[in-house]
Amino acid sequence: MRRETLIWTTLMVLGGLALLGRAATVGNGRVYIRAVTVAEVEGVQVVQYQGVPPSQRSEADVSLSWPRTIGIWISALCTLGIMSFVLGDNPLYKLMESIFVGVSAAYLMVAAFWDEIVQNLFRSLIPGLMRDSFLPGLEAGLQTDYSYLAPLLMSGMMLWRLAPKGAWIARWPLAFFIGATAGFRLVSYLEADFTQQINNTIMPLIVYAADESFDIWGSIRNVLIVSGVLLGLVYFFFSVPHRGVVGGLARGGVWLLMITFGASFGYTVMGRIALLADRLQFLFDDWLWLIDPTMQRIGM
Amino acid sequence: MYEFFKTLDRRWIFLLMLIAVGLPILRGWQFPERPSPMVQSVFDAIESLPEGSQVWMAYDYDPGSQGELHPMALAFTRHCALKKLKMYYMTLWPQGPPMIQKNVDVLRNEFPDLQYGVDYVNLGYRPGYEGPIKLAVTDLRKTIAADVDGKSLNDLPMTKGLKNIQNVDLIINVSAGYPGTKEWVLYAATPYNISSVAGCTGVQAPYLYPYVPQQLNGLLGAIKGAAEYEFLLLEAYPQLRENPEAQEALRRMGPQLLAHLVLIALIVIGNVIYFVGRRRGDV
Repeated sequence: MRRETLIWTTLMVLGGLALLGRAATVGNGRVYIRAVTVAEVEGVQVVQYQGVPPSQRSEADVSLSWPRTIGIWISALCTLGIMSFVLGDNPLYKLMESIFVGVSAAYLMVAAFWDEIVQNLFRSLIPGLMRDSFLPGLEAGLQTDYSYLAPLLMSGMMLWRLAPKGAWIARWPLAFFIGATAGFRLVSYLEADFTQQINNTIMPLIVYAADESFDIWGSIRNVLIVSGVLLGLVYFFFSVPHRGVVGGLARGGVWLLMITFGASFGYTVMGRIALLADRLQFLFDDWLWLIDPTMQRIGM
Repeated sequence: MYEFFKTLDRRWIFLLMLIAVGLPILRGWQFPERPSPMVQSVFDAIESLPEGSQVWMAYDYDPGSQGELHPMALAFTRHCALKKLKMYYMTLWPQGPPMIQKNVDVLRNEFPDLQYGVDYVNLGYRPGYEGPIKLAVTDLRKTIAADVDGKSLNDLPMTKGLKNIQNVDLIINVSAGYPGTKEWVLYAATPYNISSVAGCTGVQAPYLYPYVPQQLNGLLGAIKGAAEYEFLLLEAYPQLRENPEAQEALRRMGPQLLAHLVLIALIVIGNVIYFVGRRRGDV
């Protein structure tokens, strides 16, 4: 066995043993619940199991939730499995990645089917049947909306591409979707990102405060915004060679772009650190019970 | 020293970053915040609404961006609940419903006086990217006919008279990407002149700032914006100081500070190594 592999294996085994020891003595990673009646529908009580702080575990109506406890442990092990990528590509990471891809795909499919096919299409075309089966909360007397036959037909045509013959039929609905989307976006982008953005840039370069005194910082800000827009536009104006004055202005545009990319990078770093902090807090708090920032385990 | 840094195994840097982020969490280090004008304008947009105003809570994020966006989403929820505003929750992200449910749980546990269907409603997930926005601004029922439990909008007191999103007083969007803040600005806020505020991931923030203040009243940029917002919320509503869950973003700024210091140090060291190497002819 390689020296590095031996070190990592020893560390993993020791860590696993420490974890089991802690789970057996402290009971970390356990989730406790209480059954709460949230509604009553036609004499039947709708019960919801709400998580309660572990400090209340000795109360009479509180019990240990095995599904949620197992969920916490799976979540923690998946987090560690994904994080193991920093040590290099490994089977554990591959396994977690595959699970994530599979679960996401299945979740997306179920969510889209329920929310779009059942709650929208079927509800509009066969409201009576939906009320008697999947959507009991649907209002009575809802009439069939025959305009939904058009999307149903186009959906069928889209699926035709899976058939061995006549795959070209799928091009018709596809052309409709592309055309409609382009039309929607063209108008909106023209209004919000072009016309309105020009409007936003028309601003006074000399700013006066409410008491009519000269606002130096407001003026500097507006000058920077207007000159920044102009310099950026000059850089992307390729009909004139970037030489002389135009070249100098274009260079200013490049500097502004670099500053924007730098700001974007800085924000991205902040975002990634926030995600790491979130996962570490989950591991330290919900799983290992090393910290208690929300005072869930007072007196334990 | 030059040779040491030049051949340093990158895993030591990972370990250093892990310590920089983990240590403040373990020790509970927190640092003071000072709200920026941008965050103040978001806070004022909600604070200035009279009781009973209608607020559209468009929560377009998923568990992958929860670490960055969930604290600000909860802060928005608490602020609206304290102001007794009417909240309509909706998401354009398929993994968004559990995120909304966590906000609804906060309303149930911390504001038991608020009633579902009267003070807040969960309209769930709507597929179709920006399509539902386009429909909801003109005729809400064309895209949303029932709440998340399948109950008709006509049977809920809050939604019975709501024709479209143009009727609401403010759109609050929490966005992790597409569809998100940009789409709400393009299809709702700009064409129909609906007041809007947003909170977004750090990656998006630089590209959304040009919409402020004409097309967006204000923008919370990532966890820093959320921390400043929580600070303003605690100042305005001191009763929240007793609730540690209402200070999540403030706690997250400890790891941010230390990790940023480490990163700045690494960038400086990396550049020094590069220039020394260039002088020695190693690069």
